[in-house]
Amino acid sequence: MCVAAPMKVIEVEGDTIRAELAGVTKDARLDIVDERPEVGDYVIIHAGFALHRIDPEEARITLELWKEMGVIDEIPE
Amino acid sequence: MKYLSEYRDASVALKMADRIKATSQKPARFMEVCGTHTVAIFKYGIREVLPEHVALISGPGCPVCVTAARDIDKALKLAQIPGVIVTTFGDMIRVPGSKSSLQHEKSLGADVRMVYSTMDALEIARQHPEKKVVFLGVGFETTAPTIAAAVVAAEVEGIKNFSVLSSHKLLPPAMDALLSGGELDVSGFICPGHVTTVIGTASYELVAANYHTPCVVVGFEPLDILQGISMLVSQIEAGEARVEIQYRRAVAPEGNVNAMKTLFRVFEPCDAPWRGLGVIPKSGLALREAYRSFDADALFDLEVPDCPEPPGCKCGDILRGVKTPKECKLFQTVCTPENPVGPCMVSSEGTCAAYYKYSQF
Repeated sequence: MCVAAPMKVIEVEGDTIRAELAGVTKDARLDIVDERPEVGDYVIIHAGFALHRIDPEEARITLELWKEMGVIDEIPE
Repeated sequence: MKYLSEYRDASVALKMADRIKATSQKPARFMEVCGTHTVAIFKYGIREVLPEHVALISGPGCPVCVTAARDIDKALKLAQIPGVIVTTFGDMIRVPGSKSSLQHEKSLGADVRMVYSTMDALEIARQHPEKKVVFLGVGFETTAPTIAAAVVAAEVEGIKNFSVLSSHKLLPPAMDALLSGGELDVSGFICPGHVTTVIGTASYELVAANYHTPCVVVGFEPLDILQGISMLVSQIEAGEARVEIQYRRAVAPEGNVNAMKTLFRVFEPCDAPWRGLGVIPKSGLALREAYRSFDADALFDLEVPDCPEPPGCKCGDILRGVKTPKECKLFQTVCTPENPVGPCMVSSEGTCAAYYKYSQF
């Protein structure tokens, strides 16, 4: 039930956004989001509401950790 | 970065699994408490790449499964009231109560509608001012703020024919109850990613400290799960019990303050019955006094008698992590996804449904 995939924001209008993942678009409200997203950001959407704006810097830290662990050679762009 | 393909790379996953094998010496049992993890662990074959002495067990992570049979009966009673439209997320429709299910009531003429979001339920209320539209509030801390936001929207808009029957649950009190019960043998928790996006990590600190049990907040892609297990293994080998976040791109230690504010504006913690676990203090969410006019429990007479669990069904033991579906005599014989006896076989996130779908090969 807590399935929530990262989707790319393609439109922001007032308190709603439209986001896209692999050709599927979804509208979501921004009432309870932690940080207001802009077009091009990735967000986690759950049951019609954006919950979280994904922080690219935090994502990068995870991948850097993988590099340190020796499971990847290069951090993907 | 796409935040998806990077976390699904099979060659990286095998290296991560090798790392777990290289570092893990001590036997360990890790429990996941999120239905999405239960399914992902099967779907990506995570168990198959772990050392034999590292076991993964499922806990009470499926919101539909932990909903007490009595609460299902209340929803059924609601569906029988003339002029009521019951709206719900899909999985609830087929869950059997003591005598019937919402699906069965629907076939007898009740107005039961499946929605993707509470906002869809609110839209139905706008379109049918002559009806009373009730949303069945089921779900953990990820879902509850979305229901709270809909109640606030209804209040702002002056929609008077919308209400919520709340069976919402809070996960950290259940983790505490499982550990304090003493029957559960678990060495660490795979903490739920999106629940923690909302609540943050503070409540796990108590679990880690009081029971010396490591807690790692984990994402839902195969590499998230393997890295999370690797972090738990490292803590076990070092004899530590800390709270760590693997799923950093989606989880901040403080959680989503805005969502929590909306959640607690509308709801307050209450004692709640869990299937298999009994009543756990302060583990549920009830609508606050100020939102009584949106509380279906206050608006309708929903008193129902206590009802026993289906004979032979082991859902309770399975939700507590003390039995696996294969130890239930009904599993795959009487109880199948087509004819489910207990809720763990109904919900797509239920432990029995996941075992049935993925573990026969």
